[in-house]
Amino acid sequence: MRIESDIILGKVKRLVSDGKADRVFAWKKGNFCYDTEPSLFTDNYVGFTYDDFCAANLCKFMINESKKDGKTLVLIKPCDSKGLALLEKEHRINRERIYALGVPCAGKIDMDKIRENGVKGVIGIEEEKENVSCNGDENLIIKTLYGDKIIPKKSVLYDKCLSCTDKEHVGCDEVFMPELSEDTYDGKKFEGVKKIENMPSDERFSFWRSQLSKCIRCNACRNVCPVCSCVKCIFDNDNSGIASKANSDDFEENLYHIIRAFHVCGRCVDCGECSRVCPEKIPLHLLNRKYIKDIKELYGYEKEPALLTFTKSDAEPSVIYERGEKNV
Amino acid sequence: MYKIAYSEIYNLFDRIKDVITLFLPAKNDGAVSFSKYESGTRYEADALNTVRSAKDFFFPQTQNIAEFKISGKSIEILQNTEETGKFAVFGVRACDEKSFGILDRVFLSEPSDPYYNEKREKAVIITAACNYPEETCFCTAFGIDPSEPRGDVSTWVSEDFLYWKANTEKGEELTNKIADIFERCNDGEIISIKNNIKTAAEKLPFVSLNLDYWRNTGEKEIFASEKWESVYKGCLGCGTCTFVCPTCQCYDVRDFDSGKSVRKFRCWDSCMYSDFTKMAHGNPRKSQKERFRQRFMHKLKYFPENNGGIFSCVGCGRCLKSCPQSLNIIKVARSVAADD
Repeated sequence: MRIESDIILGKVKRLVSDGKADRVFAWKKGNFCYDTEPSLFTDNYVGFTYDDFCAANLCKFMINESKKDGKTLVLIKPCDSKGLALLEKEHRINRERIYALGVPCAGKIDMDKIRENGVKGVIGIEEEKENVSCNGDENLIIKTLYGDKIIPKKSVLYDKCLSCTDKEHVGCDEVFMPELSEDTYDGKKFEGVKKIENMPSDERFSFWRSQLSKCIRCNACRNVCPVCSCVKCIFDNDNSGIASKANSDDFEENLYHIIRAFHVCGRCVDCGECSRVCPEKIPLHLLNRKYIKDIKELYGYEKEPALLTFTKSDAEPSVIYERGEKNV
Repeated sequence: MYKIAYSEIYNLFDRIKDVITLFLPAKNDGAVSFSKYESGTRYEADALNTVRSAKDFFFPQTQNIAEFKISGKSIEILQNTEETGKFAVFGVRACDEKSFGILDRVFLSEPSDPYYNEKREKAVIITAACNYPEETCFCTAFGIDPSEPRGDVSTWVSEDFLYWKANTEKGEELTNKIADIFERCNDGEIISIKNNIKTAAEKLPFVSLNLDYWRNTGEKEIFASEKWESVYKGCLGCGTCTFVCPTCQCYDVRDFDSGKSVRKFRCWDSCMYSDFTKMAHGNPRKSQKERFRQRFMHKLKYFPENNGGIFSCVGCGRCLKSCPQSLNIIKVARSVAADD
């Protein structure tokens, strides 16, 4: 069954009229079928939508929203819920002023992947009603100024959806119609990391140098990250001595990403937003996923924040050094 | 006008490369950027826009200005700007080419900017007409014709040929050096290509974008509009829109302390950033709403006020594609102008 935007909106309206919230943070339709934007609805719901293009994670907006009087209802997808839970755990939000409504997710569509199919001039995207492709996956009919094209939906889902291992919400006040969520996991979560681990160190170094050199320091990865919640980032702080909008040399770009990766290490919820927002398509999630894998292998933690969880059986640093030497 | 079989296009690039350093759109780890052409580089003919615009050639993200070396009580000042040789850029779209004129108004008005000027003088711009404009394109709203790109040389592509026409002295000079690779042809041969582009451009969703509100409403009234309160809500405060924009022109001058010296450099600034135009007394725009408003006021009001009505936008559509939250200049231009 399809997730219907109107049914979600109906639920939202009922919750607001029941006094559960005073305003709603959700997505609004754009100029095209695909450019939904995060939006605050205060007195009407003009443009409200929840569809296959609502990929943006709204949980970080709750830092500011929960400072306001009254309550904000926010729509939370399974992947977003982990970020919201972390923000709560780290006392970045006032959870009592938020009503988190879990919404089902069947994967979100990446327009860049559609364009990589040579598609130009998109004026509409529909799900094919008949002729379901032989493997049972849905097809999308991409309507363009230059003719229609049919593309399997699964081939154009965001990478973050393909590595989404479960569609379970955590810490929401209520989860609405979870049965409509669909499994989008491709079973290859750590393959990208393994590929890089298996590179000789000089090849690995040049892989990251080349990727990170594309960085334009737009800071979108940092600003979208629900874990990057410092009130004043060190890179924005003139007094830090390392504040930089751009860099005097390209090594600084590399440094910025490495520092950021270490800072969110053990806290990253793997929501994949950093890679989604990167205009230069740097696979930033691979940095995070590397230590997610390491933490899992070395310490056995997967869902608990590793840095907040200590047991006497945790691996000693020497074990990690040994392991590191093998890879040199 | 000249033409060359499209199948010979790499021979053309090789010839140009022998005469002058050549840059063209190529895929670089998944993202298309203007890259130095070497034999074997694959030209991304289908990419309408590079991720970063062509302004980078003249106004790079980072520009070294000087280095101060300190030893004892003496300070040595070194000019550490890099010399730019002559270069050609192939595949610049009509919108990006138009953006140079907008940047010129800022960087070449007196006192003109020597770094920018030097690079402008050394560049030969070879434009490419847009056979398949995208839904995000709205250059026509700013009087740009995607079928008539300007620059030093204009090119058009049909299924079989690449057409080449020099527009300036610089363009003629380059053309003369490689003329033997072409055959002469009539201007009439490209009429159908141009007509096809014009027809495609007329069907674009923003062809009727109306900017009269921005032309006719007073600066203070727009500035004070209550609409700003809602339009910025989804903004992350990242600098993506400003950094991919071909007309964003703000910069900062910073010092980098290397321990042994101080390197002074200029870098792109973004009005979306919290320290934009920060002064001794602090920051004049304390909230994201104010910073967001600045970007659109600059493009659609302040710049035209100071430049005979010319908007500081060329409709390339990069911000429509790149904004992580799908905010963009079209949405803002329309929402702020809307009656409701």
